Amino acid sequence: MTEVRIVGIDLGTTNSLVAFMQSDKPVVIPGEDGLNLVPSVVAIPSSKQVVVGNPAGKYLVTSPERVVYSAKRLMGRGIDDIQEELKLFPFHLAEDIQSGEVLRLQVAEQQYTPPEIGAYVLRQLKKNAERYFGAPVTRAVITVPAYFNDAQRQATKDAGRMAGLEVLRLVNEPTAAALAYGLDRQKEGIVAVYDLGGGTFDISILKLHEGIFEVIATNGDTHLGGDDIDNLLIAIALDDIHGELGLDLRDKAEAVQAIRKAVIEAKIALSGADTARISVQLPGGQPYNREITREQFEQIIQPVLERTIGPCKQALKDAGVTPEQIDEVVLVGGSTRIPTVRMLTDEVFHLSQRGKKPHTELNPDEVVALGAAVQANILEGGSKATQDMLLLDVTPLSLGIEALGGVVAKIINRNSTIPASATEHFTTGVEGQANVAIHVVQGERELAKDCRSLARFDLKGIPPMSAGLPRIEVKFLIDANGILHVSAREQRSGKEAEIDVKPTYGLTDEQVESMILDSFDNAEEDFRLRQLIEARNEANTILAAVEKAPANPAWLQLTEEERQQIAVLSEELRILKEGDDLSSLRAGTEALDKATRRFAELMMDAAVSTALGGQTMESASEKLGEGPTAPHPFAPAEIK
Amino acid sequence: MTTIGSTADYFAVFDLPRKLHLDLAQLECSFYRLSRKYHPDVYATKSPQEQQWSLDQTSLLNDAYRTLKNSVARTEHLLRLEGVVLEAGKSEDGVPKDSRVPPDLLEEVFELNMQLEEMRMNRKMGEDDPQLRADLEKARVTFESQLAAVDSNLEEQWTKWDAALDASPADEKTKIKDEMVALLDRRRYIRNLVRDVNDALEG
Repeated sequence: MTEVRIVGIDLGTTNSLVAFMQSDKPVVIPGEDGLNLVPSVVAIPSSKQVVVGNPAGKYLVTSPERVVYSAKRLMGRGIDDIQEELKLFPFHLAEDIQSGEVLRLQVAEQQYTPPEIGAYVLRQLKKNAERYFGAPVTRAVITVPAYFNDAQRQATKDAGRMAGLEVLRLVNEPTAAALAYGLDRQKEGIVAVYDLGGGTFDISILKLHEGIFEVIATNGDTHLGGDDIDNLLIAIALDDIHGELGLDLRDKAEAVQAIRKAVIEAKIALSGADTARISVQLPGGQPYNREITREQFEQIIQPVLERTIGPCKQALKDAGVTPEQIDEVVLVGGSTRIPTVRMLTDEVFHLSQRGKKPHTELNPDEVVALGAAVQANILEGGSKATQDMLLLDVTPLSLGIEALGGVVAKIINRNSTIPASATEHFTTGVEGQANVAIHVVQGERELAKDCRSLARFDLKGIPPMSAGLPRIEVKFLIDANGILHVSAREQRSGKEAEIDVKPTYGLTDEQVESMILDSFDNAEEDFRLRQLIEARNEANTILAAVEKAPANPAWLQLTEEERQQIAVLSEELRILKEGDDLSSLRAGTEALDKATRRFAELMMDAAVSTALGGQTMESASEKLGEGPTAPHPFAPAEIK
Repeated sequence: MTTIGSTADYFAVFDLPRKLHLDLAQLECSFYRLSRKYHPDVYATKSPQEQQWSLDQTSLLNDAYRTLKNSVARTEHLLRLEGVVLEAGKSEDGVPKDSRVPPDLLEEVFELNMQLEEMRMNRKMGEDDPQLRADLEKARVTFESQLAAVDSNLEEQWTKWDAALDASPADEKTKIKDEMVALLDRRRYIRNLVRDVNDALEG
């Protein structure tokens, strides 16, 4: 068996991609439909069926209650965090969610946590990679917004595990982009990566030196992206419709989806054109049409874009550099296609006045996945292109513990290079006290209640001693994925203190475990079934072509014997494709393909004057535009 | 609940003597070299034991680099290694503000606090007093130069420490350490003042 590859995955708010390093170049692996982007949309049309990506999109209009999109916005969050999102997104949450509990989405009659939805998207990407390699894929690097907190990172890692992927590393999206850009040019200097995606905004400032990519500061907003622009436009359209047509569609999910689709099309068009038209067929057949100029559009979205300026300035300040010291600016994320965004970055980093332009050479939708593939390659031990590359990333948020009076005592400051650790000592306040409670938070605010609660720990089993005598050493360690680990020891007794970790918004190991098994069982079955379907499609393609063969003059040029053989093999294949024996079916298809090879050549000769040697029936008929086209652009996946 | 910092020797991580003057470019160079050696990326497909080792080594390396490249954190770390118990307040973003006013600054601090209070009141009422703003700007300059003076005093002590490290008797070194502790306290106090003034002006 060939070496199992580590793939790089960009699990995006709007779209997701999987990529790998092909010799010295990262490439995106397309899906069955030949497209690189897999929309992060999951439809659950029935209790036994899960549809992911483009095919899931069609359910948005017909049965939106069975579709989940932008689930990344919910990763690692609690009900109190997402009140804003709930106003704008048609997320259907389970009704009984308590504060401080992992969210559950109600999709028709079933409930799913955000990591499970993420896992379905990841599983689709895994399948795409497996069919491309013809081998199982079990290890991945997954990207996350740099400004993701511990809980959001953990949720992403959980999603990977549920999808049957060992997540070797979580890489920050802007850093991944820097890796992709840094690959083919030996750059030195300071680079800013401005990443405005579907749902999140990140800014990272890196120092590049002899292959070391050292992040010196990062900042961002995990609630800011293209989705917010769409929602503004939708709100305007809804107001319009209400005013002009007297229709209140706010609660009509189908109509809102139709409008969403139309405004997104208009938004995309406005990156190139000066005007665009939002046109929707409303329920009841009434049309809604509105022209929007680029100027109007820019005015509408200005407040959203301006929210990226503060994080940029803070990152510059934290990095201790002025805009003039930034050598290069890299733009990442689909939203950076908007001309106003480019103008804004120009102003923030004083680019054109210094005769510079932001880098946009790599497709902003793909660059993060390409970078993830580069990192995957580095983890595999590197290739010629990556052997000197090393990524040193930072933690985006300060880690602290709640001290007396609810004040936060910071133990690891934001922008510390990870892995990073801090050791703290705790003692008891009461004679014979056996437990000490510790509250760990993440954030920049002074009071614990204003920060993000990560976990509450109970140090248990402290040997009975006078108050203040026990000396419990607690080690906090943020690993290379930006995820916190805690260990504790009572130093006087030498006893390992027991820690009971209660992640505030996370799933327990057991919960993750149970979710894996569910999807894993299905995955095996799904995979086999999919291979069979693909093999049948292939058989159908060739049989349809053979059926048309006698009508072609080239048919008469074959010997009687050849025609006989084709007929026999066709009949055999027709029987095989009704069964479910995958390898016989494949062998049958191959035999018929071989038998028709000369016919294909003759047909090519006849049709085009130039002979195309070595053509098979399948490809020749495709070239001539006859018969069904091949169902997929690649060789079928083969796993033995 | 008490918190005492870790006592790992960060100078030793870089094979450096416990001297306070440090060539930062060289430190960065060593940091990159050691990162290439220890980083978890290098051990991603190795055994769990090797991965744990790499994680421990790299976090120690990062903690050491972060501490040593910052002059104040470096001085504090050295003092801790030398057995000095520093105030609970931690370096830089230390939370518990030092409340002891250095005697020579008493008058200026008193005036500044009045001005800051007035500024806060004005802000509440939505007013802007240009004279007050100008006074605060002036105070900022004053305290920033005070801060620079402390830093240069600290550097003098570094030089003394570095020279005394191998040669001088213990009581000489203790004197330098006490001097540095006092300077760090003063520095922390002035730094908080500068921060307050900046906050009030930028508010």
